[in-house]
Amino acid sequence: MTKKIAYSSMLVALAMIFSYVEVLIPFSFGIPGIKLGLANLVVVIGLFILKPFQVFGILVVRIILSAFMFGNMSSLIYSLAGGVLSFFVMLLLKKFKGFSMTGISMAGGVSHNVGQLMIASCVVENLHVLYYMPVLLVAGLITGMLIGIVGQRVYKHIERQGY
Amino acid sequence: MFKKKDMIFMAVILLLAAGMALIMHYSQKGSGEIVRIMIDGREYGSYSMKENQTIEIRNESGFNRIVIEDGSVHMEEADCPDQYCVKHMAITKTNETIVCLPHKLVVEVHAEIKENDIDSVSQ
Repeated sequence: MTKKIAYSSMLVALAMIFSYVEVLIPFSFGIPGIKLGLANLVVVIGLFILKPFQVFGILVVRIILSAFMFGNMSSLIYSLAGGVLSFFVMLLLKKFKGFSMTGISMAGGVSHNVGQLMIASCVVENLHVLYYMPVLLVAGLITGMLIGIVGQRVYKHIERQGY
Repeated sequence: MFKKKDMIFMAVILLLAAGMALIMHYSQKGSGEIVRIMIDGREYGSYSMKENQTIEIRNESGFNRIVIEDGSVHMEEADCPDQYCVKHMAITKTNETIVCLPHKLVVEVHAEIKENDIDSVSQ
């Protein structure tokens, strides 16, 4: 139990560092509002080596803490919506079998953006916001793919060395 | 690196995005005539696209300056933290929008005046 808590908090710290790095150096793709989502690397790899419940805990704690440190209350709602939705989508796809880590990560990226856009259209009470959907779908696919490719490489080393 | 199902997923999302983009492209017919500003889901005001004008909105969430210039609309200035609305390109066609999410403000372009809008149009 103690080992589990220590390991989880270490991963929360790692994810927060990723969030911080992204605040310092925004990896933007020329479209405002789109970012790489480095912190999701922890969740994606976590899904393969830890119990879902533990990953969910790491995700929620990371989002709340980084919103307090680098963001604000409204960014908390968006991150939480995107993060939780993408977590369940990735978990579902992992149970389905046949998807690689890259595929799961792509689904996570896409659903993250979809979740945030849903919240955004609720906040402004305007369905016209959904016009950003095509751009966000493709952006989620690309960022998810990048995270997935990195995740796969990292996972290979973790698998070999144990954790 | 990619499995078959990954590719299928990718293709489905890309097709979905392309389909939505096409539908949206065809629903944006020609240049609009009316700029409608919505705040928190309610209409704040409608303005003619044909007239060059500056609309300044200051309320409890913050400040926005919207400029209508030669038939296009853009956000000139806003004091929101992310500044995405200011970076957004100018919009001209119907159904195009600029959203300032922190201020719950949406700028929409519409084709024509609806009956019940006439009162709120500034001429």
